[in-house]
Amino acid sequence: MAEVETFQIGSMNVHFQPSKKYKTTTFVLQIKAPLAKGSAASRALLMQVLQAGTNKFPSRRAIRKHLDSLYGASFGGDVSKKGEQHFLTFFMEVPHEKFLQQEDEPLVKKALSFLTSALLEPVRENGTFKESIVHEEKQALKSKIKNIADDKVRYANGRLIEEMCKDETYGIHPYGSYDEVEALTTQDLEQAYESLLENDQFDLFITGPGKVDELTPVLNERKASFKSRAVKTSTTVNGPTNNGREVIEHQDLQQAKLHLGFRVPYTASDAEYATVLVANGIFGAFPHSKLFVNVREKESLAYYAASRYEPYKGLIFAMAGIGFEQFEKATKIMTEQLDALKAGDFTEDELTTTKLMIKNQILEQVDTARGNIDLMYQNVLTGRERSVEERVSEIDAVTREDVERVSKAIELDTVYLLTGKEERA
Amino acid sequence: MEKLHYDQLGETLYKETLDNGLKVYILPRQENNKTFSIFTTNYGSIDDQFTPMNEDEVVNVPDGIAHFLEHKLFEDEEGDVFDTFSRRGAQTNAFTSFTRTAYLFSSTSGVKDNVKTLIDFVQKPYFTKESVAKEQGIIEQEIRMYEDDADWRLFFGLIAALYEKSTVRVDIAGTVSSIQDITKDMLYQCYETFYHPSNMVLFIVGPVDPDEMLTLVKENQAGKTFKEQGEITRIYGDEPETSYKKEDTLHMNVQTPKVLLGFKEANDEYPLEGLSYELAMQMLLDIMFGPSSEAYEEMYREGIIDSSFSTDFTMERSFGFSAIGGDTKDPDALVKKVRETIRSYKQKALSEEEMAITKKRKIGSFLKQLNSSEFIATQFTRYEMNNDDLFEVVPKLEALTLDDLEKVLQRHFVDDHSSIMKVLPK
Repeated sequence: MAEVETFQIGSMNVHFQPSKKYKTTTFVLQIKAPLAKGSAASRALLMQVLQAGTNKFPSRRAIRKHLDSLYGASFGGDVSKKGEQHFLTFFMEVPHEKFLQQEDEPLVKKALSFLTSALLEPVRENGTFKESIVHEEKQALKSKIKNIADDKVRYANGRLIEEMCKDETYGIHPYGSYDEVEALTTQDLEQAYESLLENDQFDLFITGPGKVDELTPVLNERKASFKSRAVKTSTTVNGPTNNGREVIEHQDLQQAKLHLGFRVPYTASDAEYATVLVANGIFGAFPHSKLFVNVREKESLAYYAASRYEPYKGLIFAMAGIGFEQFEKATKIMTEQLDALKAGDFTEDELTTTKLMIKNQILEQVDTARGNIDLMYQNVLTGRERSVEERVSEIDAVTREDVERVSKAIELDTVYLLTGKEERA
Repeated sequence: MEKLHYDQLGETLYKETLDNGLKVYILPRQENNKTFSIFTTNYGSIDDQFTPMNEDEVVNVPDGIAHFLEHKLFEDEEGDVFDTFSRRGAQTNAFTSFTRTAYLFSSTSGVKDNVKTLIDFVQKPYFTKESVAKEQGIIEQEIRMYEDDADWRLFFGLIAALYEKSTVRVDIAGTVSSIQDITKDMLYQCYETFYHPSNMVLFIVGPVDPDEMLTLVKENQAGKTFKEQGEITRIYGDEPETSYKKEDTLHMNVQTPKVLLGFKEANDEYPLEGLSYELAMQMLLDIMFGPSSEAYEEMYREGIIDSSFSTDFTMERSFGFSAIGGDTKDPDALVKKVRETIRSYKQKALSEEEMAITKKRKIGSFLKQLNSSEFIATQFTRYEMNNDDLFEVVPKLEALTLDDLEKVLQRHFVDDHSSIMKVLPK
C-alpha cells in the first residue's frame, strides 16, 4: 500500500492515503473532545443540526439534491465514544470521475468543499441556528434515543455499561439522555458549536484513487477556521469493580439476552494490546472460540455466543441469546471459559488458530476504506504508530505465558440479564 | 475460459461452465489482500414443494428445511468445517434467502485450500439423527432471536399480509414447531434434488490467478461423480392477484410504532425484463420517496418519519413486492401521505430532469457498491441465476426511458395489490 501523507491545515491533521483499490474517494472527519455529562447531549444535537443545512444548501433536501448532482455522494454523521472520549464523525464518499463517462472536473474537490461547509458554514438565521431546524432535529434525536430500547441486544449492552460504570464518565451515553436533549436551547447549541471550533481536535482522513494536490487548495481556503489544537483526554482504566453483581430486568420477550461485563487493565495504548486481542480471541471473538464451541456447539444453548473487547476503556463484553430457563447454566459455562483461560487451559491449536484469525482480520480490514481509516485513527488516538506489518508481528509475538498473565487480570464486573416476564410453559 | 472486459468499470471477469454444469466465475483484484468466494445453490425457503430427484410424486417438506440444511452442511464425519477454515485463519459463513442458499469464506492466505474446502464441504452431506436433534436447539434460539426483532417481524408481517398461498409468506428459518418435523432423510432428499452442480454457481474474487483457480476447481470436480439431473420441478401454488389481507397489526414490546405499506406484483407478464424492471422500480421508489424527494422532506419536517424510513423492492423467481415505511409516531399519517404521493405521481407525467438526476445518483451508488468484493460476488450470483448480468447495471439504467418508468409505475402500484403492516406498542 502507498505511504500515508500527513500534513496540517491550520491545526487540523490531514491524513491522505492514495489507493487504487477503490472506485470512490472516502472522507472521514473525526472531531474529538472529552466525554462529559454536560456536553454529550448538546454535541449530539449539534451533529444532527450540522447535517440539516448549510449556507448554500439550507435544508436536508437541498443537501440531498446537491449530493445527487455529485453522483449520489454519501454524506452522514455519527456520534460515538471510545473510552472516555466523545467523537463527532462526518463521513463522505464520492465516485471517482475516471469511472464515469461524462465527468471532467474532479468530484473530490466538490465533495471536500461541501464537507468542510457542513462543519463551518451551517445555515443561520438572525445570527444563530434556525429555530425550525433545531426543533426538527431535536425530535429526530429524541426518537433515536427512545428507539435504542427496540433493539434488544443493543439495549442490553447499553444497560450493562450503564450498570457497570454508573459512577464513571464511561457510563455516559454519547447521545446524552432523552431529558437532557429535551432541555437544550438554541443557546446551548451555540455554545457547543463555539467550543467545538475552539477546543476540539480535528483529524481528516482521505483515501481513494485521486491525488493530494486536488485537495489541498480546498482545505487551504479554510485554513483560518481550523484554529483548535490537540486535545488532551484521559480515560480511567480499571475503575471500581462490582465483583460480579447480578442485574436482572424483565420485559415481554421471546429470548433472554445475557450480557457479562469484565474489566481488563489494558488498552490499545499498552504493549499488552495484542495479547488482550489474542486472549479475547480464544475466549469468544470467533467461531472456534471457547464461548461459541461450549455454549452453542456443545450445549445448543444459544444461536450467538461471543465476546468483544473495548480497547479504549479496557472492558470485555460477553453475550448470548438464551432460553429463559438457561440463565444459571449459561452464566456458569461462560464464566468457566474465562477461568479456563486464566488456568492456561487452552490448546496450542486454539492459540495458533486465534492468532491466524486476528492477522487475517487485520489484513481484511485494510481492504475497506473505512476499516483502514479506523486503524489509522487508532494510531492517532493511542500515540502508537503501528503499521499493518507491525500489527501482524505483534500478534505473532504473543506467547502462551502472555495470554495466561493477561487473562489473570481480567475480572468479572457485572452480570446483566434481560429476560421474559415469566417462564415459558 | 471466457474473458469479459468491462472497460468503464475497470474490471475483467473470467467465466466457464464445467462439464457437470457448474458455473465458475473469477474476478481478479490484485490490489486486495482478501479473497472472497461464495458457492450458491438456486434453492431457498420458498422451494418447499417439488418432485425429488428420481421420483415421480410431489413432496411437501417442512418450513425452514433449506435453512436447516444450510446449518447441517457445516458438519462432517471429522467434525466442524468452521474449524478447518479457522485453522487457516479464514472466516466462513452461510445464508439462506427465499430462493438461494449460499456458503462463503474470506481469507488472506491459504486461498487454494480454502476454495477446495468450500466446494468439498458443500458437496459432502453428512446428516445423522443425533446431529439433527442437536441443531434443533440452536435454530430454536435463532428463531427466538428474530421473534424479538421488531423490524424483522414487521417485514415478514407485511409479506404474510400480501401473500396468501406462496411460501414466501413463511419465515425463512421456519417455526419452532415446523423444524421439529425435519428428519435426516428429508435433508438428504432436498440435498439430492437441489445441490447438483448444474443448479449452482461458484464465484471467486480477490488477488488470484484465474487460470490456476479454474484448474483447481476443474480437477476437484473431475474427481467426483454426480448423477445426471434433468429440470427440477418446483411448485409455487396459485397466488391470487389481490393482496391476502388489506391490513394486519402486531402488538410488541416496542417504544415507537412501525409501519410498512407494500404492493405485490401482478401475475401477468412484466413489461420489462428482470434487471431493467428492478432498476425501474428502484428509480421510481427513489424519485417518490428518496431523501431528496418532496414527500420525504415534508414527512421529516412534520416528524412523521425519521432516518429509519426507507423503501425496498424485492424481486425473485415467482414473486415480487415493494415495501415503504419505517418508525413513526403516526402510522396512519405516514400511509396516507405515501398513498397520496403515489396517486399524484400516477396522475402526472414524470419529468426528464427527475429521471436524469436519479440515474446519476444510481450510477454513483453502484460504483460505491462495487468497492465491496462481497457485494460483487453475492449480487453477481443472484443476477446470474435470474439470467441477468450485474455488470450491465449502468447500460441498462441508461437505456431506461420515461415511457418505461411510466409503464412500471402504473403496473406496480395498484391499491388492490397492497397491504399495510403495523407493529404497535403493547
